[in-house]
Amino acid sequence: MSTEVAADAARTGAPPPAERRQSGMSEAWRRRLPLLPALIFVIVLTQLPFLGTLIVSFMNWNSYYPEDRGFTGFSNYVRVFTDVNARSAVVVTVVLTVSVVLICLVLGLLIALLLDRKFPGRGVVRTMMITPFLLVPIAAALLWKHALYNPEYGLFNGLLTLFLGDNAPQPDWVGSMPLPALIAAISWQWTPFMMLILLAGLQSRPMDVVEAARIDGASSWQIFIHMTLPHLRPYIELSVLLGTIYVVQNFDHVFTITAGATGSANLPYFVYQTFYTAQDYGRASAAGVVTVAGTLIVSMLALRTVFTVFQQESR
Amino acid sequence: MTIALKPPSQRRTPFRDKAGRQGLGLTILAWAIGLLFFIPFLWMVLVSFRSETDAATNPPQLLSPFSIEGYRNFFGADPWGPLLNSATASVLSTALVILLAFPAAYALSIRPVNKWQDVLFFLLSTKMLPIVAAILPIYLFAQFSGLLDNIFLLTIFYTSMNLPIAIWMLRSFLAEVPVEMIEAAQIDGANLITTLRQVIAPVVMPGIAAAALICFIFSWNELLLARVLTSTVAQTAPVYLTGFVTSQGLFLAQVCAASLVVSVPVLAAGFAAQDKLVQGLSMGAVK
Repeated sequence: MSTEVAADAARTGAPPPAERRQSGMSEAWRRRLPLLPALIFVIVLTQLPFLGTLIVSFMNWNSYYPEDRGFTGFSNYVRVFTDVNARSAVVVTVVLTVSVVLICLVLGLLIALLLDRKFPGRGVVRTMMITPFLLVPIAAALLWKHALYNPEYGLFNGLLTLFLGDNAPQPDWVGSMPLPALIAAISWQWTPFMMLILLAGLQSRPMDVVEAARIDGASSWQIFIHMTLPHLRPYIELSVLLGTIYVVQNFDHVFTITAGATGSANLPYFVYQTFYTAQDYGRASAAGVVTVAGTLIVSMLALRTVFTVFQQESR
Repeated sequence: MTIALKPPSQRRTPFRDKAGRQGLGLTILAWAIGLLFFIPFLWMVLVSFRSETDAATNPPQLLSPFSIEGYRNFFGADPWGPLLNSATASVLSTALVILLAFPAAYALSIRPVNKWQDVLFFLLSTKMLPIVAAILPIYLFAQFSGLLDNIFLLTIFYTSMNLPIAIWMLRSFLAEVPVEMIEAAQIDGANLITTLRQVIAPVVMPGIAAAALICFIFSWNELLLARVLTSTVAQTAPVYLTGFVTSQGLFLAQVCAASLVVSVPVLAAGFAAQDKLVQGLSMGAVK
């Protein structure tokens, strides 16, 4: 125990406590005490419900047929993996998440590089850029559905008429291409988020080193590849990780813009629908567990192998 | 014009004209992309100040007669209940988050518990747990305990949703506090609560503000939990907005006005604290 305390003290640079209090509580528990309320709170309110979901996922439970309730083993999972709609939800979730995160990352990096330069009105452009992120998600989704995508009086088709005349094509954006419509709307909202993190990374670059490289004759491209990108690595990782966490869980846009129509339901929407509309608690829970497993496997794999962002710690 | 802003070392005479043209091009590109991202929002503002008949036109009119019909209809439908519910849930849960996260961050940074890194990763992993994966038991519990449609139950769940992020952020801010300050306070006989309140809190105030801002925004924006757990009494502003989902834009000006009004608190907080937003979004992991 005492060696542990000494080791901790050596790590934190704090001296060992001069004098132990006389209470019966050990030093280790005194240290844990400030952590416990928050930790218990999080465990009770996130892990217990998930445990509930896990249990229900092995049950036959549809509230329309209450007398059929009971354990059924893996049948809900079998149904999730064989049900066309559920499989489609898995695919949609992957496609939606990967494409949105990639688009946001590339656009965000490009815009961050543009905003890293000093130019007239930089503050104004930055403020305009972050506005999409500050719109309440369902408000943003309503904006895209009604004011932009609407085939009769949406801005997009309006602009087509304006520029191409009365015979301009008037596509039904959401109806004919639900997934791209979702991807565009979600990317619009999350690109500023990626951009802000990457801009913070760019602005923390040590400029004297970059200057030295420039004087030594390095081209802008060389500086970008060999100096800027390595420096940005933890920022890129962090924006991808957080972006993925939020985009996987997207509910507002799918709910508002397509309502899961024509094969555009992602897992969160599928679970919501199975639970809320179909009242099939067992199948909804199994789909929820699949969502969690997928998210955890991908992000933990990334964190443990590729990502470096959380590895070096200040203390 | 851009050349004058560059440090002298970059100002190489032979390339000045080329660099100047390039700089101007990049400036125009930055403005163009900024405007491109801003135009949907601008359109929303323009449409919200139109009469319903002017709002639904094709091709679009850039300028229409000014009208507050959309706002009058929105406020005429008495949205104050949902707005007040959102404010209650967001403010209360943010306060609760900070209250719980601050000591926890202390126990994970200044005098870390054993395996503190594992605790941090556990907290982060709870953020990877999509809310849908816990929503059924939460709903059943709410129904069973009679707390369905109760704004305080929602507040509790918003607290648990934001607590891990706040702990991550505050931890990295606390790690910056000079150890000597804390030692000095403890030698003077200050107990933990006094140390936290009088020594550490003033130093990390910007970090606390950043964490609070993020928690407020995420609580205010949340839709899925609120939609499942509330109905009429405790309905929040985003749930109220779902009433416009199927209205097929019949009341386009009202839809835009409603979306804007509901977004105002987040827009105002975000614009006012842009720098803190960056620190907050990166969970303090990068500085």
